[in-house]
Amino acid sequence: MSAPVFRAAGAGALLADFGGAIDDAVFARVVALDRALTAAAPEGLIETVPAYTSLLIVFDPLVTDHVAIEAHAAPLAATLHAHLADAAVHKVPVCYDGAAAPDLAEAAERLGVSPEALITSHLSGEYRVFMYGFAPGYAYLGGVPEAIALPRKPAAVRGYPVGSVMIAGPQCLITTLPMPTGWWVIGRTPLRVLDTDAKRPFLFEPGDRVRFVRVGGEAL
Amino acid sequence: MTTLRIAAAGPMTSIQDRGRSGYRRFGVPPSGPVDRRAFAAALAAVGASADDTAIELSHGGLALDAGERPFVIAVTGAAAARIDGFELGGWCVAGVPAGARVQINVRHGNWGYVAVAGRIAALSWLGSRSTHFLAELGGGRIRTGDVVPLADLDDHLAAAVIEPPPDHVPITTARIVVGPQQRFFDDEAMHILSSGTFNASARFDRMGMVLGSPALRPVRVDMPSEPAVRGALQVDGEGRISLLTADHQTTGGYPRIAVVVEPDIDRVAQLAVGSPIRFVAVDAAEAIAITRAAAAADERWLTRIAAARRAKPSLLTANLIGGVVDALAEL
Repeated sequence: MSAPVFRAAGAGALLADFGGAIDDAVFARVVALDRALTAAAPEGLIETVPAYTSLLIVFDPLVTDHVAIEAHAAPLAATLHAHLADAAVHKVPVCYDGAAAPDLAEAAERLGVSPEALITSHLSGEYRVFMYGFAPGYAYLGGVPEAIALPRKPAAVRGYPVGSVMIAGPQCLITTLPMPTGWWVIGRTPLRVLDTDAKRPFLFEPGDRVRFVRVGGEAL
Repeated sequence: MTTLRIAAAGPMTSIQDRGRSGYRRFGVPPSGPVDRRAFAAALAAVGASADDTAIELSHGGLALDAGERPFVIAVTGAAAARIDGFELGGWCVAGVPAGARVQINVRHGNWGYVAVAGRIAALSWLGSRSTHFLAELGGGRIRTGDVVPLADLDDHLAAAVIEPPPDHVPITTARIVVGPQQRFFDDEAMHILSSGTFNASARFDRMGMVLGSPALRPVRVDMPSEPAVRGALQVDGEGRISLLTADHQTTGGYPRIAVVVEPDIDRVAQLAVGSPIRFVAVDAAEAIAITRAAAAADERWLTRIAAARRAKPSLLTANLIGGVVDALAEL
């Protein structure tokens, strides 16, 4: 597998681009470089931001520069042992009933399946946390079965509560804020991906795996 | 403890400190002030620490009713203040008498700052009191009717003018580093970026600002979401450019054609609607040199602001002067 291309992202960041498509092999290398940089941080490193095919390396431009950061990261990237097998697995309870699943019936209708079949399919997925984005705690989970991959709604809708479990295309997301969304809300979880009071405020690390488990409304 | 009653607040008013880092991987951008220099100047002018908080405001202004104790404020950025109807302008330190009405408006720019000699008490989230505006996490938005608690008030500072930053004129040419998603643009788009004149628009918030024409169409829009940085010039499917600022999304699927060099980012974000802006490319090494030189100049400037702080004449002196005036008046 080829080495990442390093590109400047302004004065204070370098983007390690692993290229290719959204898949586990490319993403495993992103996670591996992320871990390697965390374990052996170059001087001036502020933080790293993993995404599907790239890792952003944010540094203090008063302390270091692109050349020094690349000189540190490139050898690490060249010797990566990319594996996601040891990723943490999170069991996420979901209620798919009634008011907890406001878009379930319409999503099932558009897919031409029964609501129960949609639920079964969603529960069967092997999900992986690829990255966070959009808003604090919004973790993008890949792995939605193709049978229930739906394009997002034409316009965003307001009023969904925190903990809404929603799908769009190959992605699934658990909301952490009451933000408008064009994704299909098919359930709700009592679990909080973002818990502002917790010692570890964010439940998932990029690379982690997620399995959904069906629960009743009393769990909410 | 005394309070500030918010008689009126525009829709983009919030508590900010210098910002947070370490949580971008969880979708949390740096936040903090959109104009970091104006913010730092306000804190330095009232003797606050660089880690302290100030109020950020934008269009719509801010009206404050002082509580039972007098205090001192600094006003910087695009803001200008009026205290009980008396026009003070911007970039100043001013005493606020107990019970006074302070009216602050933003002019010739987009973002203004009000710091208090003392402390604005605010909630912290992930190690910072900066407000992530959309999520309302951190110190929080400020709304009409709110009561903001103030602590450790120090009202001995004299009114003064604050030295504005060395380049205190609207920026006309911003330096950029091309990329990191240059692969989505053809030569024509790159040519437009380096030769075109863009305009600040009225469409801005703490996440970014849309820049007016010319359009720069990406050759394709199938980008997997990649991490984004403050200062990025992001291009949407219609070819519209946005400058990403304090509360930017940490990842996104729109390509970034270039990133504005650190010291120029906030100056572009301050451009009043319709102001022209051009871009000139520098390489990464030049961007580092520019950033370091600007940081050193800013540090010297902030040190001068701090050194210029003066206590107002003591009560005793004021009484004596008052006495003399009274004595003369009796002649």
